[in-house]
Amino acid sequence: MNQGKAFLAVAAYALATCFAAPAAAQGTVKVGEINSYKRFPAFLEPYKKGWELGVDEVNASGGVLGKKLEIVSRDDGGSQGDAVRLAEELMSREKVAFISGTFLSNIGLAVSDFAKQKKVLFIAAEPLTDKIVWDNGNRYTFRLRPSVYMQTAMLIDAAVKLNKKRWAVVYPNYEYGQSAVAAFKKLLKEKQPNVEFVSEQAPALGKIDAGAVSQALADAKPDAIFSALFGADLAKFAREGNLRGLFKDRAVFNLLAGEPEYLDPLKGETPVGWYVTGYPWADINTPEHKKFIDAYQKKYNDYPRLGSVVGFSLVQTIAAVIKKAGSLDTEKLVAAMSGLQVETPFGPITYRAIDHQSTMGAYVGQIGVKDGKGVMTSFSYAPGDKYLPSDAEVRKMRPAQ
Amino acid sequence: MASILVQFLNGLAAASTLFLIATGLSLIFGVTRIVNFAHGSLYMLGIYVAYSAVNAFQPAGPLGFWGGMLVAALAVGALGALIEILILRRIYQAPELFQLLATFALVLIIKDFALWVWGAEDLLGPRAVGLDGAVSIAGRRFPEYDLFLIAVGPLVLGLLWLLLHRTRWGTLVRAATQDREMVGALGVNQKLLFTSVFALGAFLAGLGGALEVPREPAQLFLDLSAISDAFVIVVVGGMGSIPGAFLAALIIGEVKAFCIGIGNVEILGVVVSFSKLTLVIEFVVMAVVLVVRPWGLLGRPQAIQRAAPSHIEPPLRPASRGLVAGAVVLGVALLALPAYGTAYNVVLMIDILVFALFAASLHFLMGPAGMVSFGHAAYFGLGAYGAGLLLLRAGFPMEAALVAAPFVAALGAALFGWFCVRLSGVYLAMLTLAFAQIGWSIVFQWDSFTGGSNGMVGIWPAAWLSAKPTYYVLTLLLCAAGLLAMRRIVYAPFGYALRAGRDSPLRCDAIGIDLQRIQWAAFTLAGAFAGLAGAIYAFSKGSVSPEVMAISRSVDGLVMVLLGGVQTLSGPAVGAAAFTWLQDTIARNTEYWQSLLGLTILVIVLAFPRGIVGFLAWRFGRAEEIE
Repeated sequence: MNQGKAFLAVAAYALATCFAAPAAAQGTVKVGEINSYKRFPAFLEPYKKGWELGVDEVNASGGVLGKKLEIVSRDDGGSQGDAVRLAEELMSREKVAFISGTFLSNIGLAVSDFAKQKKVLFIAAEPLTDKIVWDNGNRYTFRLRPSVYMQTAMLIDAAVKLNKKRWAVVYPNYEYGQSAVAAFKKLLKEKQPNVEFVSEQAPALGKIDAGAVSQALADAKPDAIFSALFGADLAKFAREGNLRGLFKDRAVFNLLAGEPEYLDPLKGETPVGWYVTGYPWADINTPEHKKFIDAYQKKYNDYPRLGSVVGFSLVQTIAAVIKKAGSLDTEKLVAAMSGLQVETPFGPITYRAIDHQSTMGAYVGQIGVKDGKGVMTSFSYAPGDKYLPSDAEVRKMRPAQ
Repeated sequence: MASILVQFLNGLAAASTLFLIATGLSLIFGVTRIVNFAHGSLYMLGIYVAYSAVNAFQPAGPLGFWGGMLVAALAVGALGALIEILILRRIYQAPELFQLLATFALVLIIKDFALWVWGAEDLLGPRAVGLDGAVSIAGRRFPEYDLFLIAVGPLVLGLLWLLLHRTRWGTLVRAATQDREMVGALGVNQKLLFTSVFALGAFLAGLGGALEVPREPAQLFLDLSAISDAFVIVVVGGMGSIPGAFLAALIIGEVKAFCIGIGNVEILGVVVSFSKLTLVIEFVVMAVVLVVRPWGLLGRPQAIQRAAPSHIEPPLRPASRGLVAGAVVLGVALLALPAYGTAYNVVLMIDILVFALFAASLHFLMGPAGMVSFGHAAYFGLGAYGAGLLLLRAGFPMEAALVAAPFVAALGAALFGWFCVRLSGVYLAMLTLAFAQIGWSIVFQWDSFTGGSNGMVGIWPAAWLSAKPTYYVLTLLLCAAGLLAMRRIVYAPFGYALRAGRDSPLRCDAIGIDLQRIQWAAFTLAGAFAGLAGAIYAFSKGSVSPEVMAISRSVDGLVMVLLGGVQTLSGPAVGAAAFTWLQDTIARNTEYWQSLLGLTILVIVLAFPRGIVGFLAWRFGRAEEIE
């Protein structure tokens, strides 16, 4: 291809995409959604399937305000700056009623602050940081998933019951891991003042040197371990710890490790007896979950992950708030979000008026191996409202509005 | 004592893997001078392919398992050969570093390819057949497979040494590393040599990946984390030196293991977490090594390469009257954009202008000053954080914060630049990267001041600037002023001195120019302009997080400059516009946008090996200067 022709070809392609404006659907209610799909596909692909299923169901039962619901989704590539730009795009070009989504805490916080600045509703689906509803909470932001604090608190009862004295902690070195460990230390000390933290390992996210970390933890001779690792870090830690006998005769607590996204890759390497938060999709027998899982498996011929539940519940929230507000006016939507009750696969949840946190909970239990796969055994549902600090504490943390 | 011994062994095992990735990169650079950004992707493919191969062949017993690993490494080696033949061979004559753009495109394509083939879930392979247990060492259980890995490193080192010193092919490779032109002049088939070296390098990356299968899951982040480790090791050891790479891998593997082993220590009443230090320790090691030994531990000063014709930059000529008129028309059209464009055009244009300024400031270093920076995002980030911190922590009014932020960046650039200008070529580039990573890790860790990994929110412009069109006009004026100022500087005596230093440091010295001082000033200036871009960016987004100074931002800058054409002054701005706009458009319209973006860049690379503006200049009338 000679260079002149090549240049023309590229220029033509550029022009073509320039004018390929998004097809404007008539008579729909548009809601914006931003996420880091390509950065965290393991969580976000099932999440997307979840909200697509949700949209199907909402529209099959008549949509919202007599119109079809449409989610306009964007990929921010894991970049905070791009997320804010896409939020602007969704508002100005797509004219969405409000914004939802986000995965990373820093992006969640940035979009939340954008929502406050532009006075638009933002429903944060996944970011786990406590700050989004507390220290940096604002009038326009609500959050669906149980926070780092809540999920940590869910593990405390079991930890106190074991009454172990010497604890080691290991967590990915960023805000999620730091606040999980801070919450764990604080809550455990309150109930068990003689507890001692003998070792602390904070590997960089995704770069754990699992052999050295396992060795360092074992050398401190702890009675129990609290871990906030997930993803590839968790898999490496589980394998090295198993090989090196780190988990032998030690109680281990691991936030999030029961979520299928992180548990399934472990397969036969799943450490038996760890206490975790997660989602035992195959063994939940409530009618609302049964209904969800049947519909999900019918549509995708695959089992749901936790992300699927979050995505589905997000759409349930969106439909419920529009129905309750009876309008797409931001102030009415924000008013409707406070105290909003939503039916989810985990049962009914409420968006608390005091801090805009939903009361969605998580399943807590131990993990084991069944047919060469990791599963949660002896689990129970921990409703979110039971694991939040007192209202007085929340008021102290959350800035006055 | 016992724990020290075991941590030492852990370090050795880690070092073996690091060595395998780095040595391939080092070989490829030594012979072809290509900074192979896709090397981490080849490593990642090694793990994925080995995972599939091992699972497929395992029923055949131990032979199936170990054979599967070998097959995976060979497959990646073959892919390397294919990449060299189909893509890189076509652009050896392009300006220096242009090949980096092609390998960056490959990173995007391979990532999406892996996602498409293997799915999103992490894939943890089986334990190694025959080595699936642990042995007792000093009362501790140590995995057998790690002992095996410890042996692999020196074994590969020995085999490579034999290959390079006892075969004719090895002699040719060493000769090409010393003087590529001469090898060609003596009638050696360079094509074959380059292809085989690239294939061997890719094979080693694939082998490094395959050998990790029993230790860690295959996942999509491995490419970038592996490539930064590999670069560090290659540079610490000395580019092109294989024993150097081995030594560097050993040092970094051990330093990391002992940081973890030491854990938290109380020093003078302050708890220091050595475990957290692993975030950045390799870059600290690299910075120290480069400051003390400018060519790495076992490296030698780079042999002077006789430049290919396209490597000699044409002298710059002031813009023709037509070009000036065009620029004025463009400026007016941009100024009036809020009047006829959509609201989103304005938002996107702010990003484009900011990146145009950022890319131009990087080009100021790469082009006229001849100093390539792999860590230019540091100054963009310092500007962004400077603006945020001055606004939120120091209580500056927004306007004052915007004005002062570039000085923060300039201060940082002056500090880092003082060390960097003492180096040259790839070593300089890697030292800038090391400083950028050190800066990034400080921002990332300092929760109470910078907000840590979450960054800071609430960095909005003053009320009179808060409407997007107003802020856009401010952005346009500032960015245009920045671009024109840099252009003016390039044509000033200072700019002539810079270019003289780039073209011939020796003659520059002889006529009495203090080159290092001039380069230091240029480094500081470029930092200030990048900082201005960062500050504008921060106020346009309302928040900053460590991502503004991450490696990926530096790489984006490089891509923009190369895309536009490194030998032109307006190239970076055009490259920034093209890249930002392409990313925005493609990401919105397709699911596999990364690979489509990669393919688009690849097409541009192959069709216009001088960059977009470089091509236009060549095509329309200015050909005689370049040819």
